[in-house]
Amino acid sequence: MESQNTLRRTNALEVTGKNSAIERARFATRRVVNLIMAGLVGLAALLAVGLLLVILYYVVQRGFESFFVRADGTTGPFNFNFFTATPSEGGIGPAILGTLIVVGLGALIAIPIGVLAGVYLSEYGRGRFAFAVRFIADMLTGLPSIIVGVFVATLLVRNTFGHYSGLAGGIALAIIMAPIIARTVEEVLKLVPNALREASLALGVPQWKTIVKVVLPSAISGIITGVVLSIARAAGETAPLLLTILGIENYNGNNFIGRLNPMVPVGSLPTTIYTNAGYPPNEVFRISSAWGASLILITIILIFSLLARWATRGKKVR
Amino acid sequence: MQAQEEINTTTPVAGTVLAETAVKGKGMSVRNLNAYYGNYLAVKDVNMDMEPNKVTALIGPSGCGKSTLIRTLNRMHEVTPGSPRVEGEVSIDGQNIYAAGIDPVRVRRLIGMVFQKPNPFPTMSISENVLAGIKLNGGRIGRKEGLEIVEQSLRQAALWDEVKDRLSRSGASLSGGQQQRLCIARTIAVQPEIVLMDEPCSALDPIATLKIENLIEELKSQYTIVIVTHNMQQASRVSDYTAFMLATDGPGHLIEFGPTSRIFTKPTEKRTEDYITGRFG
Repeated sequence: MESQNTLRRTNALEVTGKNSAIERARFATRRVVNLIMAGLVGLAALLAVGLLLVILYYVVQRGFESFFVRADGTTGPFNFNFFTATPSEGGIGPAILGTLIVVGLGALIAIPIGVLAGVYLSEYGRGRFAFAVRFIADMLTGLPSIIVGVFVATLLVRNTFGHYSGLAGGIALAIIMAPIIARTVEEVLKLVPNALREASLALGVPQWKTIVKVVLPSAISGIITGVVLSIARAAGETAPLLLTILGIENYNGNNFIGRLNPMVPVGSLPTTIYTNAGYPPNEVFRISSAWGASLILITIILIFSLLARWATRGKKVR
Repeated sequence: MQAQEEINTTTPVAGTVLAETAVKGKGMSVRNLNAYYGNYLAVKDVNMDMEPNKVTALIGPSGCGKSTLIRTLNRMHEVTPGSPRVEGEVSIDGQNIYAAGIDPVRVRRLIGMVFQKPNPFPTMSISENVLAGIKLNGGRIGRKEGLEIVEQSLRQAALWDEVKDRLSRSGASLSGGQQQRLCIARTIAVQPEIVLMDEPCSALDPIATLKIENLIEELKSQYTIVIVTHNMQQASRVSDYTAFMLATDGPGHLIEFGPTSRIFTKPTEKRTEDYITGRFG
């Protein structure tokens, strides 16, 4: 019986009759069009990924080469000073420390504000005020970062502090990060099934405890992803930092604690890339250290992402 | 006044679970109850009494307001989206749970709820799920005491033998029917007086359904149970009283309420008879 059935089905699919030639021609055209479209889509995908890989390869190659260049432009064995020393000694240490200070301060300010605002939008946000907060957060996410820089420079650098400082840079980055965090946290909290909130409330657990002990833990990996994305975005920002931290090339003081002072001008990796890439080609150390700074910046962001993945491994909303 | 005491002072103190194994459920009465979503009246003018240690079933076609009604019984209606509101009274031992100054959180500790879809906490293990109500409410219990409550609650929920060797596994690793019994164990671990069940078997297969139905029979010696179901056979099997609701002519309201044996044999209302004989709905 079964073989007969199969036979009949094959027959039904076979093209027969007087229009069979036209049918076969149409089938051939469809196949060709299908192949061409598949090829175009694949090419576009390859182009997008390929360009990224080329950039990455170039940065890694040139960046790695720069780790062997001395302050006078000569090449020698691996230059460990590159990560700690000042430019006059053949390194970009102050820029690395400065980026860690500024991004760290920004994260310290933006994470609590962003996460709490996200919790508000997802768990309490109804009515006009929530609508306004959501709208403004979306606007801020799309705001050109140089405008944030001008704002902080006018408000803090010119008028309040009276000088450039790491803190002003951190605040500028926080303004960029907080709305990104708030909106991501809102989105991931909305993915937490309502059934879990109801289960907790029905056990007689107050709403705030339900949020802290049930909703937030269920969404922790999404929250951390949002935070890391915002850190990655902020770490690469250049324009607001040029206007707020000044981008000095030396350390503030000789001991480690003094160098962490956020109330004085500091350096940073993006501003270092900007400054050094502008030197003429015969300034070998300057040009190569721009590549080195690029590679270090990418690596720092990569390490952050990996740490976040590792910290939230196995924790997922069902 | 005694009920006032209960509502204001009863906290899930862990030790009492073991001390009083024969806790008696409390009765509940509903008077002139209207439930709204914004200006939309979903349930109109319900009056009924749930007897202590009996199972009361709410039946009716989809959209007749039975789920809305059961959620007003432990003030879960007000956490539903859509500007919910309740008028009227729901009383336990004469104390209105909607009276001014009554904390809905306390009400929910006294009146537990099991939902349609099993919803164990996915980030918690099986034993953590059972203890969730106590732990999340800030109760401090020792390890040994905790284990005893876990065992007692899981035994009551007829789940102990199936999970006793994997208490530290995730609650989400269980089958649907087991998850629902875990949710029942979690609900009774905080020692409520009344257990509400909103279509507890509608996501389960017939065998898991049978287990839950047997469990309801066991539980009614200690708790008053209200169950929503759209399965009339289930209502006739598990309940002592049945309330039939309809929303065909306006907001959902009670058509007929009485002992299950009478509702299913000699209903006084034509519409009840039509529904239970399958002529509509």
